[in-house]
Amino acid sequence: MDRKEFLITANIALGAVLAGSKVRAAEVNEKRELMGVLVDTTRCMGCRSCEYACAEANGLPEPEEDESVFDNERTQSETQWSVVNRYETDLGEVFVKKQCMHCMQPACATACLTKAMYKSEEGPVIWREKKCMGCRFCMISCPFDIPKFEYHSAVPKLHKCQLCLDRIRNGEQPACVENCLGDEALVFGKRSELIEIARKRIYGELGNYVNHVYGEHEVGGTGMLYLASVPFDKLGFRNDLGSESYPALTRQFLYTVPVVITLLPPFLLAISHATKREQGKEKSEE
Amino acid sequence: MNEKEVSVTGRRGEIVVKELIKFSKFMINELKPKGRLLTPFNVIAGSILIVAAILLAIRFTKGLGSITNLSQSYPWGLWIGFDVITGVAFAGGAYVLTFLVYILRMEKYHPIVRVTILNGFLAYVFYAGALLLDLGRPWNVINPVIGNSFGVSSVLFLVAWHFMLYMTAEFIEFSPAIAEWLGWRRIRKLLASLTLGAVIFGITLSTLHQSGLGALYLMTKGKLHPLWYTEFIPLLFFVSSIFAGLSMVILEGTISHKVFRNQISSEHRDSHNGIVFGLAKICAATMFVYFFLKLLVFLHDQSWQFLFTPWGYWYLLEVIGFVLLPCMLFIHGLKRESLLFVRIAAILTLVGIVLNRLNISIIAFKWYEPVRYYPTWMEIEVTLAVIVAEIIVFRWIVNRMPVLRELPGMGE
Ligand code: SF4
Ligand code: SF4
Repeated sequence: MDRKEFLITANIALGAVLAGSKVRAAEVNEKRELMGVLVDTTRCMGCRSCEYACAEANGLPEPEEDESVFDNERTQSETQWSVVNRYETDLGEVFVKKQCMHCMQPACATACLTKAMYKSEEGPVIWREKKCMGCRFCMISCPFDIPKFEYHSAVPKLHKCQLCLDRIRNGEQPACVENCLGDEALVFGKRSELIEIARKRIYGELGNYVNHVYGEHEVGGTGMLYLASVPFDKLGFRNDLGSESYPALTRQFLYTVPVVITLLPPFLLAISHATKREQGKEKSEE
Repeated sequence: MNEKEVSVTGRRGEIVVKELIKFSKFMINELKPKGRLLTPFNVIAGSILIVAAILLAIRFTKGLGSITNLSQSYPWGLWIGFDVITGVAFAGGAYVLTFLVYILRMEKYHPIVRVTILNGFLAYVFYAGALLLDLGRPWNVINPVIGNSFGVSSVLFLVAWHFMLYMTAEFIEFSPAIAEWLGWRRIRKLLASLTLGAVIFGITLSTLHQSGLGALYLMTKGKLHPLWYTEFIPLLFFVSSIFAGLSMVILEGTISHKVFRNQISSEHRDSHNGIVFGLAKICAATMFVYFFLKLLVFLHDQSWQFLFTPWGYWYLLEVIGFVLLPCMLFIHGLKRESLLFVRIAAILTLVGIVLNRLNISIIAFKWYEPVRYYPTWMEIEVTLAVIVAEIIVFRWIVNRMPVLRELPGMGE
């Protein structure tokens, strides 16, 4: 009997430790000043300098030079983390650079069971090779379908924009921003300041922009912020993602876990004792 | 040391050696296959395993893409959607039965509790184990285990840990059978005293990871079709694991009664029908609850506009054809006391679970994507091999350990 009870207590304790720490679900301190990038699609000329700079800075193969790359919408890939696409709109051609959004509360990092996907203190969301076990749950969870996996390697890696975290730590700008030929089409800075710049541009050049900073609220806010002259769904952005952060979607479930672990075992034990007594009674009555 | 002592230790040593020889003889004898080797089943099973071994060798040298159709838009395919997510639901019978037998003490179900635990345990070892085949960087699987990198906010972290702990619990639950097989009476007693603790632990873990498998999809909002996406996926997964597991028990019972005829005592055979009807009753009740929950969720999410689209028809087929219909069949079978109806209902239920789990993990996942995922024959082959391997180990154990039959003098 003693052993049984000890076992059960130990189990509960173990479970509570396992579950209890979960409650503080990777919540990123929102007050900290995180860095981000403002992409002003009205100022982008489609020169793709950022693509080349990205490839060079990250040791990826040089992107194809031909203009024809614009004919079809491209996605990011294992060999290209940042992609510029051309969209035909009512207001003419619009070029949009896309990469990881560096979410404030990233779904990928919450999904990752090894913390390989990781929201750094500076703001960029990075992938850490030594920790990753290649389960690809980050790919399932990312609302923007960003992480890419090497399906043809025995030692596969995941690929996504790291916002040049190493350069940022050295006081430099991300390679794409530094090499942008547009007139402040890409601006690197503190997220709160970027939002202010975005607002100023919207109100300063009334009529030039739609009144929406994509990324300010989407999925709880992202480090990448976008300005555009046409509604964002015309530029391949999803407008159905909502402003609730993705980690919040699993929070309720994770909160329930410690409750179940603490309440269910004693409950089961109680039933088991009760049924045993009843059985005993039946037997003695017989 | 005087002569006497030497001779005593010498004799003791002799006894130990003798026992060891006896034991190894026993083991060698038991390890040998029983019965003919070249049966049709063995030949087919053997070739499936060999082909799978070759395929896996390719997969581990050339990458996952070499034998699977997985892609950047479909990172999880058959191996996760069927092997792990469906397989674990099918293995739910073990926790439900241990609840009936050890917590509610419904003695009626005692004869099948052991075989169900064994089935559940092996299902976890093989189906949850299939997760390892799918990992791109399996050598890092220890990271979330040894604690140098705990992603505690991850539902997958919870599920993975619960898999491991649950396997341990099920092993403890099954261990008295191993002790009986080896004739270790005292150890058996000790192990049996752990059963209740393991059962309580196991039920708790099952509740959480059955629902946890559903919770994996909570962050796929925007990717999973609105008819299937709901914040209640965890609850639906949990409730459906109850009747999925029991339907599997009914089906397996039917099969093993044919295959292992000689192992089963006549008393047990007589009680079998009563057991099946009892399980059918639980299935019918939980399926009704599940259907009702599905209905509530549907009303709550207001997905009317999707109902009269092809996706809507597909959804209706799953919910009406493979939940409501088998539920009715269970009830009908109970009323008419017809084993046949109950068995058909069980099979339809299982098909329904496969449909539901595959809909969520593959079919209705990224439903808007122009290029869809479908498994390669090689993915299917490896899945078959996982199933075959489980059956072989199951057969090996049932033919040796007291799983279906009872050993005289070892009663509980
Ligand atoms: S966009 Fe995707 S990969 Fe990038 S931080 Fe957000 S969830 Fe992670
Ligand atoms: S694939 Fe790697 S980075 Fe992505 S969730 Fe799994 S362990 Fe984390």
